[in-house]
Amino acid sequence: MAAAKAEYIEFTKEMKRDYTILVPTMLPIHFKLISNVLVSYGYKVDFLEEVDGDIKESGLRLVHNDTCYPALLVIGQLINAVESGRYDKHKIALLITQTGGGCRASNYIYLLRKALKKAGYGYIPVISLNFGGLEKHSGFKITVPMLYRMLYCAFYGDLMMLMANQCRPYEKEKGITDRTVKKWVDILLEESSHASTMRYSHVKKNYRLIADDFAKILGDTKRDKVKVGIVGEIYVKFSPLGNNNLESFLLKEGVEPVVPGFVDFCLYCVYNGLVDYDLYRIRPFKAFGSKFLYKFLLGKLRYIRTMMQEHYPQFMPMADFDETQRRVEGYIGRGAKMGEGWLLTAEMLELISEGVNNIICTQPFGCLPNHIAGKGMMKPIKERNPGVNIVAIDYDPGATAINQENRIKLMLSNASR
Amino acid sequence: MIIKDNKNRTSGKLLMGIDIGSTTAKIVLIDDGRMVYSRYERHFSQVRQKTLEMIEAIRDMLMGRSFTVAVSGSAGLGMANAASLLFVQEVYATAESVRTLQPDTDAVIELGGEDAKIIFFSGGLDERMNGSCAGGTGAFIDQMATLLNLSNTEMDDLSLTHKQLYPIASRCGVFAKTDIQPLINQGATKADIAASIYQAVVNQTVGGLAQGRRIAGKVMFLGGPLYYCKGLRERFKETLKLSDENAIFPEYGLYAVAIGAALYSADGETLNYELLTDRLRESMKQRDTVSTLPPLFKDKNEYQAFITRHSKNSVKTEYAGAYTGDAYIGIDCGSTTTKLTVITDNCDIIYTYYSSNKGNPVAIVREQLTKIYELFGDSITVRGCAVTGYGEELIQKAFHIDFGLVETMAHYTAAKHFDPEVDFILDIGGQDIKCFKIRNNSIDSIMLNEACSSGCGSFIETFAKSMGYTVEEFAREGLYSKAPVDLGTRCTVFMNSSVKQAQKDGASVRDISAGLSLSVVKNALYKVIRAASPDELGQRIVVQGGTFMNDAVLRCFEKEVGREVVRPNIAGLMGAFGAALYAREHKPACSTILSLQEVKELRHESRSAVCKGCTNNCRLTVNIFNGDEKLISGNQCEKGAGIRLSDDEQLPNLYEYKRKLIESYDASDNSPLPNDTALKKTRQRIGIPMALGMYELYPLWHTLFTSLGFEVVRSGFSTRALYQKGQFSIPSDTVCYPAKLMHGHIETLLEQGVDAIFYPCLTYNINEDKGDNFYNCPVVAYYSELLQGNMDSLHKTKFICPYLNINKEKELARELTLVLQKYFGGITKAAVTRAVKEAIAAYRKHMQLIYAEGERAVRFAREKGKRIMILAGRPYHIDPEICHGIDKLATSLDFVVVSEDSVTADVTPPTLGVLNQWTYHSRLYAAAKYACEHDDTQLVQLVSFGCGVDAVTTDEVRVILENGGKLYTQIKIDEITNLGAVRIRLRSLIGALKERGQ
Repeated sequence: MAAAKAEYIEFTKEMKRDYTILVPTMLPIHFKLISNVLVSYGYKVDFLEEVDGDIKESGLRLVHNDTCYPALLVIGQLINAVESGRYDKHKIALLITQTGGGCRASNYIYLLRKALKKAGYGYIPVISLNFGGLEKHSGFKITVPMLYRMLYCAFYGDLMMLMANQCRPYEKEKGITDRTVKKWVDILLEESSHASTMRYSHVKKNYRLIADDFAKILGDTKRDKVKVGIVGEIYVKFSPLGNNNLESFLLKEGVEPVVPGFVDFCLYCVYNGLVDYDLYRIRPFKAFGSKFLYKFLLGKLRYIRTMMQEHYPQFMPMADFDETQRRVEGYIGRGAKMGEGWLLTAEMLELISEGVNNIICTQPFGCLPNHIAGKGMMKPIKERNPGVNIVAIDYDPGATAINQENRIKLMLSNASR
Repeated sequence: MIIKDNKNRTSGKLLMGIDIGSTTAKIVLIDDGRMVYSRYERHFSQVRQKTLEMIEAIRDMLMGRSFTVAVSGSAGLGMANAASLLFVQEVYATAESVRTLQPDTDAVIELGGEDAKIIFFSGGLDERMNGSCAGGTGAFIDQMATLLNLSNTEMDDLSLTHKQLYPIASRCGVFAKTDIQPLINQGATKADIAASIYQAVVNQTVGGLAQGRRIAGKVMFLGGPLYYCKGLRERFKETLKLSDENAIFPEYGLYAVAIGAALYSADGETLNYELLTDRLRESMKQRDTVSTLPPLFKDKNEYQAFITRHSKNSVKTEYAGAYTGDAYIGIDCGSTTTKLTVITDNCDIIYTYYSSNKGNPVAIVREQLTKIYELFGDSITVRGCAVTGYGEELIQKAFHIDFGLVETMAHYTAAKHFDPEVDFILDIGGQDIKCFKIRNNSIDSIMLNEACSSGCGSFIETFAKSMGYTVEEFAREGLYSKAPVDLGTRCTVFMNSSVKQAQKDGASVRDISAGLSLSVVKNALYKVIRAASPDELGQRIVVQGGTFMNDAVLRCFEKEVGREVVRPNIAGLMGAFGAALYAREHKPACSTILSLQEVKELRHESRSAVCKGCTNNCRLTVNIFNGDEKLISGNQCEKGAGIRLSDDEQLPNLYEYKRKLIESYDASDNSPLPNDTALKKTRQRIGIPMALGMYELYPLWHTLFTSLGFEVVRSGFSTRALYQKGQFSIPSDTVCYPAKLMHGHIETLLEQGVDAIFYPCLTYNINEDKGDNFYNCPVVAYYSELLQGNMDSLHKTKFICPYLNINKEKELARELTLVLQKYFGGITKAAVTRAVKEAIAAYRKHMQLIYAEGERAVRFAREKGKRIMILAGRPYHIDPEICHGIDKLATSLDFVVVSEDSVTADVTPPTLGVLNQWTYHSRLYAAAKYACEHDDTQLVQLVSFGCGVDAVTTDEVRVILENGGKLYTQIKIDEITNLGAVRIRLRSLIGALKERGQ
């Protein structure tokens, strides 16, 4: 079977020696930590942090304009970096994630390659970061120990993001929260060169130290501001570049933003392997593996949840994903697995169960899975959870901040009523 | 007016409310519970200045008093921040005043200049504003009135006398305009069009905004358009079926937001006149950081050089009256304007005309021809004439014009005159952008703007007018801008809000004008042409069209592409000039054009009718000339025009064949009940919605349920009426039209009282081994989930939407048994297993029939030497309401029409640069490959607006075709029923093929 695929430039072992791999921003904390794992395994990596206005233009120029906004931004950011003059264009490779689901997102890597070709850089290798064996590169392999480290980075990232979000609106010393995040990112980056960091006992110790630091910031302040949840398509949900700095806008409006973690998305992807077997009896081996992995990840997640519940009750803990996934029953089937799929609905319901009754559902304009799991689920959610406020905000290159902010303000004026 | 507030916020206080909308500013004063002052004025984007003036005008009422004030409105935020005044969100403000003034209101509909809002009060407070894709309403009505050459009042009055309503796309202004234009050109009455426009606004509000909630009970209507337009009110009342007492049109309709703001201010900071005016004055000095661009010209010299350079590209246009000899007339009857030129044997122009066609092109051409005949008298002999443009057919028929030619050919002919080596032509007109590349002296590829980015030229015009400028003045202002604002490149609706943002930030008219020009240019470059670099366009570029007469646009274009281009002095007349040149080249022996006497005596009447040729019920416009010559337009096939074809003349049309094939299953519904089913006592009726994936899998499910003893009820093909039936429950207004239709199909089935409705969730489609995976798109796969959550009416029945695997018989039987047993007792696994076997076999047979008909069609074409068109879309594109008869249009242009699935069974998939992961789309790629392998085959891709997946496939299909030396043609479809643009496209395709000698 399988259609012939146009040849792609492989990232070879030779390239590993002196090529710099460029990584786009999505979750500033997480991706920085995760890309650092690559560094400690001998790759040269540069994590892109610039977010100037030109990114959009480059995206528009080189990618089909009806493609989702995240693709436009990610590709725009990478191309801008290529053209920035900071790198030898013949000594760089680009990295992009690839999920392989039924959503357009599985095609980002191809769109990136097309854009490169169009801009005259067809020779630059593009590495697919995927866990489904979609593409192979002899010079780029994610080994189990690497995965393990990346996993801890994701948990560290989620813990810091979760606690920082709960401190920032209440911090007495301006900027202390962000400084604490930076402090810990630096510590963790520094640590990663030692093998001992792999030990779970060490990681657990770190969890406590991180949590202690944030607990100090919050002190005995009561978290009494209106809470606003942010869910949506993964890129615009997390990336300030994608959502016009939504979190800082919300902070300015005097509310506390609540953003469900990145690990949830990973668990969702793993869980879908189970569902495929359950519904269609396909890929039994994958299902077996997924089941194991699911339990494994859930255990790690629950550890942090329990730690937070026991020692830091003033904070809202991470959600227990097993409960989160069950919440969609009666709303949407867990077979709806393209893009963010049922997770989007689940996260809204999870937020509501935590008393977060105001939710912003972010989506790129025309995002297909969100028609169903986002906009399509608002009515039933509101009907069955009276008093809940949900607003859908579209993001695309032409949308202006004033339109988006107006809609959010409208929701907020309801929230504080 | 008395404003009593139960919270007692108003007593003994002076409250001021300011509402700054997108076009107007409103102020109210409430003194001790009485509204003592109200005023509204257009602010022409001088928000802060205007507000200050309005407050200074009521100095006497404010002096010596302390008061509170709040600002509201979409353009008020920036001013409120800059002047540190209290700001309140406008919908919130509306809710405040309604709660105070009319507490028993169930819902409020408010239409503003560019916003539409609904607030639901009863049954859970809910407030909604138009999304980023719903077109403006007030601004839209203004624009339409301009199009009809009426004032708003005239249009309103006329609408009340309407006799019939035409369907006009309701999603966004640009779409609607595309529907209205042909109606105007076809001579529909202005009264009917006016009412139809209002109806479109109503449909847009009800369909786009309410999103699943019914608007019922006491409904209040607010905002300018609803305050002024009686016709619009009438449409709302009728559509929502409101009684007089339940439809409230309050006298304070214009001021609800301002009143709400005033009430909101009550607890705020106390100010006095001096303090307030000082703050406003202070705010005028600030200018926020707007994203700006470099100026168009560095200095005067650069501007002079630019003007001198472009003045070289001229044809002589003097002659008038002094010429004797042969002459040729070219007419371009465009969508908004009519253009006419008369040229000599030397191609000099001796007469030109350019004007808005004022909704009646026949009258204009008649007037002009009369004028030409009288002006030149015997000194010229008209040896030939040609007409092009939207109104081509109408004008050709009316005046017996020698030639009708497709617009693209006319433009190319004209451009060649200025630069014989031209290799790229860009034409930006009032409503459309056209561009084509020229290779080997023939048109190589044509790009027309999709419905969503059109309207750019006329957008500048409308915008200039709304700010109180003529287009020329507005353009001139732009040339002097020091810091043009960056307005983005999306459709006009987005630009509107970008302008709003710029206004908020205090940008001047100059900067906005220059910014708009740049947006138009970028739109053309990145949205339509999608160029990565100027080199991609070509070396010798000719730009034309009325919009390029605007020097600011021209300058922006040159700057953006970094290359000097040719703009002829008759840029706006190129179509007409090209037509005249064409007439000169193809000189007929004797021109058939009407004589002066005949022109004068021409009688023209038009009336509307509904075609009874098939179930499509096309709305026809019948033009009658001199009482006996007829021209019928609006028809989607030859039947409407009164032409009957015999069977062997009938060109094969796979779309039609597939529709018939689906209908043929209905006949078998009365088969006797199998004996061994438990359902025999009470035969259950199961409804199948004929939408999305069902178009392909219907034979499978039909067979399955029939075999199990069900009576299968199919919801039939879609119609506009069916769409409207389900419109109110669509939660996402940007989803594709095929998905939106699903709601109407469900309603139709419920009306028929079925016992259950079946539409499964299919993550995986049929595996045809043609790609890397075989998914459905998320919308096709999971639309049931959305229906279940959003259609309350579904609770009345059993809605069966299991997740199924249709690729394995055994597995499918297992899953179906589980599900069906849950809903209907007594179904055995054995029965289901057998039914599944039959069902899969039926599906296979269905596909075999399609392949066979595909083969027959190809054979037919080759025997008779016809061109083959693969009209490539998805299975559901055969729905007549989705493809709008494009298949029939293609056969009427002498194409044999085959579908993407009928010719690709044996095609091995091509090499792709993307992941080939959706079954339907794998067929597209294969079809493109097939087209490349056959000289007589062309591929035309149908793309539903909003289809995210096609953003990936269209580029890839284009690459496959162009690598194979083929032309790529894409047609975007939505609710639009106008085939005019499609016809131009297909005729251009034929023209280009002829030039290539194919």
